[in-house]
Amino acid sequence: MKKKKLTIAVTGLNNTDNPGPGVPVIRGLRESEYFDVRVIGLAYENLEPGIYMKDLVDKTYQIPYPSSGSEAFLDRIKYIHSKENLDVIIPNFDAELYSFIKAEKELADLGVRTFLPTLEQFDERAKSNLPKFGEKYGIKVPFSKTITSYADINNLRNNFDYPLLVKGKFYDAYLAYNPEQVINHFNKITAKWGVPVIIQEFIRGTEVNVVALGDGKGNTIAAVPMRKQYITDKGKAWGGITIGDENLVALTKKLIAETKWRGGMELEIIKNVNNEYYLIEINPRIPAWVYLAVGAGQNIPEALVRLAIGENVQPYKSYDIGKMFIRYSYDMIGDISQFEKLSMTGEL
Amino acid sequence: MKIKSNIAVSDNGFVFDPNTGDSYNLNNTAAEILQMLKSGKEETEIIKVFAKKYDVDETTFEQNFYDFLGMLNHYNLVEENRG
Repeated sequence: MKKKKLTIAVTGLNNTDNPGPGVPVIRGLRESEYFDVRVIGLAYENLEPGIYMKDLVDKTYQIPYPSSGSEAFLDRIKYIHSKENLDVIIPNFDAELYSFIKAEKELADLGVRTFLPTLEQFDERAKSNLPKFGEKYGIKVPFSKTITSYADINNLRNNFDYPLLVKGKFYDAYLAYNPEQVINHFNKITAKWGVPVIIQEFIRGTEVNVVALGDGKGNTIAAVPMRKQYITDKGKAWGGITIGDENLVALTKKLIAETKWRGGMELEIIKNVNNEYYLIEINPRIPAWVYLAVGAGQNIPEALVRLAIGENVQPYKSYDIGKMFIRYSYDMIGDISQFEKLSMTGEL
Repeated sequence: MKIKSNIAVSDNGFVFDPNTGDSYNLNNTAAEILQMLKSGKEETEIIKVFAKKYDVDETTFEQNFYDFLGMLNHYNLVEENRG
């Protein structure tokens, strides 16, 4: 079969100890049966490792943080598109998704396709809206409350037992055993992500995750459940294994069918000792461990691109159970001239 | 006691529960017991086989055997409706 040539831009090249999904997404695309891809990296920082992985990323452009305004952001994307003729962009950061969803139509008019959740879907599953989300779709979620100031911390005792979880609106989650620790975490989180901060009931059990892809019409195109086997001190999976838990797949399909989810997603779920499943978070994008799904037989990045360019994609029917991933760190040797080029011209 | 049908037991005693991702290492005796359970042998039959095959009296074996079955139950490796 002749492979279709596509130019695809990908963010999230920060393959650090808190890895972004960019590099594993690119690996999935490179292994595609359908596409021959030219990969354009979009980077926020000069030292995102993916920038320097020449086998994976053909060219990288710096882009401004979404916080610098949507106009600057869009202008830069338009400039990159004028140079590279992008077919598809796969954004991989929660914090940038809003800007990309807002710009979806404008990008599509330029010929740049994305495959993202709608703004409504994106907002509905936000951490601060999770209790409502659970109620609406009949899924157990831990009790949670949003707080915006110190004053709220003293009142937490009325609603929560310690320990409890303190979470940022996009990232970070810390366990706190007393109000002093809540204050500490509150400060750390608000400095980085602002308010609100989410306080969540701590559910004891095994954490299991599902990476999935919805076609926007209610069909689950792909779904692979995984259990973390090795967790870093940041709570990130450094090793994991695909599991054959049919309840998890059924729960994912139900969620996608009812929300008509469009795009990639990751469900974070706790299975407690009574075998009850609590949804603790929905990440509205492909997670960094997506390459495990590729290894288990479901090339989710490839399927997402096929959906983005309007192809008819049939759902994957199975995946291999017992496939494992083990991350590792690896020192690449670069040269100051590469760093110089990127920091002076914004391109490499 | 019936071992869940999806539990994989290798000849070398490695056990994998595909539902949870948990894995266990068994010694030779435990592996032999598990294989027998998987093949549908009754508990009384297994006790007899072991007492005959190995240098152990039935009571001692039985005690250890039921300990082991308790462990399998604890780790959710057995069917809930026991046959």
